[in-house]
Amino acid sequence: MIEKTLKGKPAYWIWLAFLGMFMAIGAFCYSRQFLFGLGMTGMSRDVSWGLYISQFTFLVGVAAGGVMLVLPYYIHDFKEFGKITILGEFLAIAAISMCLLFIMADLGQPLRALNVVFHPTPSSMLFYDMIVLNGYLFLNILCGWVILTAERKGIHPPKWIYFFVYLSIPFAVSIHTVTAMLYCGLPGRHFWLSAIIAPRFLASAFAAGPALIILACLVLKRVANFDAGKKAMDKLVTIIMYAALLNTFFVFLEVFVGYYSNIPGHKHSIEYLFFGLEHHGHVYDNLVPFMWTSVILNFGALGLFAWPYARKKNEFLLGLSCVMIFFALWIDKGLGFVFAGFVPNPLEEITEYIPTANELGITLGIWATGFFILTLLYKIVIGCEHEMEH
Amino acid sequence: MDTQRRKFLKIAGASVLAGIGAPAIIKLSASTALASDHGVAAGAHGAPAGAAHGAAAHVEAVPQGVRLGMVIDMRKIIEQPVLLDNAITACNEAHNIPQIGNRKSEIKWIWKAPFENVFPGESNYHLAKNVEKSDFAVLCNHCDDPPCVRACPTQATFKVKENGIVAMDFHRCIGCRFCMAACPYGARSFNWEDPRPYIKKYNNQFPSRMRGVVEKCNFCGERLALGQEPACVEACKGTGAIVFGDLNDAQSEIRQVLDKEFTIQRNTSLGTKPSVFYIV
Repeated sequence: MIEKTLKGKPAYWIWLAFLGMFMAIGAFCYSRQFLFGLGMTGMSRDVSWGLYISQFTFLVGVAAGGVMLVLPYYIHDFKEFGKITILGEFLAIAAISMCLLFIMADLGQPLRALNVVFHPTPSSMLFYDMIVLNGYLFLNILCGWVILTAERKGIHPPKWIYFFVYLSIPFAVSIHTVTAMLYCGLPGRHFWLSAIIAPRFLASAFAAGPALIILACLVLKRVANFDAGKKAMDKLVTIIMYAALLNTFFVFLEVFVGYYSNIPGHKHSIEYLFFGLEHHGHVYDNLVPFMWTSVILNFGALGLFAWPYARKKNEFLLGLSCVMIFFALWIDKGLGFVFAGFVPNPLEEITEYIPTANELGITLGIWATGFFILTLLYKIVIGCEHEMEH
Repeated sequence: MDTQRRKFLKIAGASVLAGIGAPAIIKLSASTALASDHGVAAGAHGAPAGAAHGAAAHVEAVPQGVRLGMVIDMRKIIEQPVLLDNAITACNEAHNIPQIGNRKSEIKWIWKAPFENVFPGESNYHLAKNVEKSDFAVLCNHCDDPPCVRACPTQATFKVKENGIVAMDFHRCIGCRFCMAACPYGARSFNWEDPRPYIKKYNNQFPSRMRGVVEKCNFCGERLALGQEPACVEACKGTGAIVFGDLNDAQSEIRQVLDKEFTIQRNTSLGTKPSVFYIV
């Protein structure tokens, strides 16, 4: 099936070249970081995780979001998802690939990464994260490939594959739960020390992942003559709406607990995110414009989704609301959540984090790599799809 | 000159590493500490201030073996602030700690901070003037239940069974910085770049680090192995400003101090059971 990636219209090649350019920039920036050290980034003693880990956290969610297609299709036999479930599985592959790249980019000694395997440590949440992330990657490659091959041949997939399909459902939940546990089990980081982090991660994941799939479907409809079907898209919008509402509700609960309890440690990070944190006469508010943008995009998108004309009749508005919700959640989880956890530091000092150009280059490069992989995988899906139609 | 110096650093670093690998430190320091150990089973040791909270989590199990700890007498340091400066300098020189000079990348094992930063949970409303104006010593607490050790995915940071020191294996650390997020005391530093150009005076008794690994106070495990006191303790010798010893030994000097003086500890509500005590 890989041969499908080798034939395409000029637009396909231009798109790949465009991504390849960013990948090259990323590789160049990474070589600089590799030779000098992580001092090339904006991270500091106080804010010791930055864009890499925050992107990783967000993308684990995108990967887990694929289960919102797998679950209705395989468990509830929701037939309309038949055509696009594979898109969810392949999105998970691309997203996990990005996650692994972001982790590698974040390591101070990347060549020692295998120490995690050589010295397995069951007390560390990173140990479990390694297992579930790689497991989920493997499951999606396996299920996606076997089922697509069978479809292409016009036969039923072998029975044994369903064991792995069903297994991938708890794995999807586990990747984001374990990723939440990286944060919510740390004493002394008040912002993260909350039992609602895992459910909140899952809720935002189940909105961000499907939003990206709708966008992909809209693009594929225009450029590749691939129609996901009205009913399928409509169901996805419903899923996104519920998930985004739940996420909003969870964030509100965090704000309530912080402000009503009036415990300083619980308020600091929220204050830093939304209003700026005053300290010794200086207000630290780097993230404030981002967070309010996120709030506006979030409610704007929910409003658009709730408007039947926008979600059913107007593809432009549907796409726009998906872009909006995706960006809202990206800011919320892919920026704010990780950075604010370090403010203030355990000694109640404040250091703000601003990524460097080199760091942005690597980050863009990894995103481009993910979209490169996604494009190739979707090209295979479309190729097989068209082959069957003939 | 530079290549010459580099070569020297390399040889020095390598020979030190060959000389004192981590296991050697553990073994030797344990035996030195054990030499003064004759009351291990004698009841519970001075439970930290956290016991006042009354939660079951704070009731410590009957101590076993050696648990090294430290009492910092701030009354003496407030009287003679130079003591703390000397202690910090001694530590920096003993451990080849680079003086990078910016907040972003700084490396520190023992350093100074005001009361309100060291004890953010404590009330500091109308704090005694002399305390408010003074700098406190901050270092790794060598917790009995260290969150950093729990978080580390490679056991590059671990608790030494024989003496309770929370130690680092700089050669195993992958630089994921999970321990830095996990430490509730801000005790850990990361080598954001090669630290060697920033080492002022090279001490060939201790290895310098490479970039990309985490480091922190090690309670001078390498000096204990040679029967010496920690560098900061030695720098304050004769003043009683810093007392070091086995918290589980009822006869030790540190226990005499703890039994007599009221001490506080940093953020005990987290259940980490720090081994560093402060007399204010």
